[in-house]
Amino acid sequence: METTTDAGAFEAVLVLLQLAFPILLLVATYFIGHAVERNHYKSLMARESVLRAMPALTFRTLPRGWKPARSTMVAGSVVISLDYFKRFLAGLRSIVGGRVKSYETLLDRARREALLRMKEQANRAGCDTVIGVRLETSRLANGSRDGKGTAGVEVLAYGTGIKLVR
Amino acid sequence: MILSNTDSVPGRPIVEFYGVVTGSTVRAKHIGRDIMAGLKNIVGGELKGYTELLSEARQEALERMVAQAQSMGANAVVNVRFATSSISQGAAELFAYGTAVKVQ
Repeated sequence: METTTDAGAFEAVLVLLQLAFPILLLVATYFIGHAVERNHYKSLMARESVLRAMPALTFRTLPRGWKPARSTMVAGSVVISLDYFKRFLAGLRSIVGGRVKSYETLLDRARREALLRMKEQANRAGCDTVIGVRLETSRLANGSRDGKGTAGVEVLAYGTGIKLVR
Repeated sequence: MILSNTDSVPGRPIVEFYGVVTGSTVRAKHIGRDIMAGLKNIVGGELKGYTELLSEARQEALERMVAQAQSMGANAVVNVRFATSSISQGAAELFAYGTAVKVQ
């Protein structure tokens, strides 16, 4: 008699754990994910203000009157992913449709990070500006879910860094 | 070797064209990095292992393109473009191409 109630209690605990784990994970990643995103935006804004004097242009030629001294190719890339909570939200969103805000901010952060890394490389190479900037986005497939899940997005920014004649 | 992703090397006129040069590499991710990235995927943020893997692979594709241009006698590659395609699960091709030229 005693053993059966024990087994019943054990089973109840197991079921509870199975339910509790995803919920705990959702709650935990809600807070961690928000902190990660907030810190990333903070770092982006700080680094962007440092490099504000270096314009990155999508023109294929230099604006009239700018004299180039030398040029070199520069690139910056980043692979970034969503947290468990935001991915869960995005999954819910795909049922009712509409703006998927969590992916919007993810792509915004990825593009800004890639552009910044490109500019930082140009800055280290002594360039004053970057022309012909191209942005490329690709999705990294996640093998564990038949390639349907997303492991993250990669954004690549590249262009031609120019040092001007002073 | 001067690389540029615009139609010309700014300030240096092109004197000779050699044609298209390409470089590519196919890379698979390694399991250690994959496990780390899988864990990082739960909390979100940058997957540094993948960032490094892709930029190393892209660098190699560029180097192969440059080697081809050098063998033609070029001293610059203009209009360089990058392309990425995932061949199979866990493997991707990184591809770089451009036009080999001689500049002054």
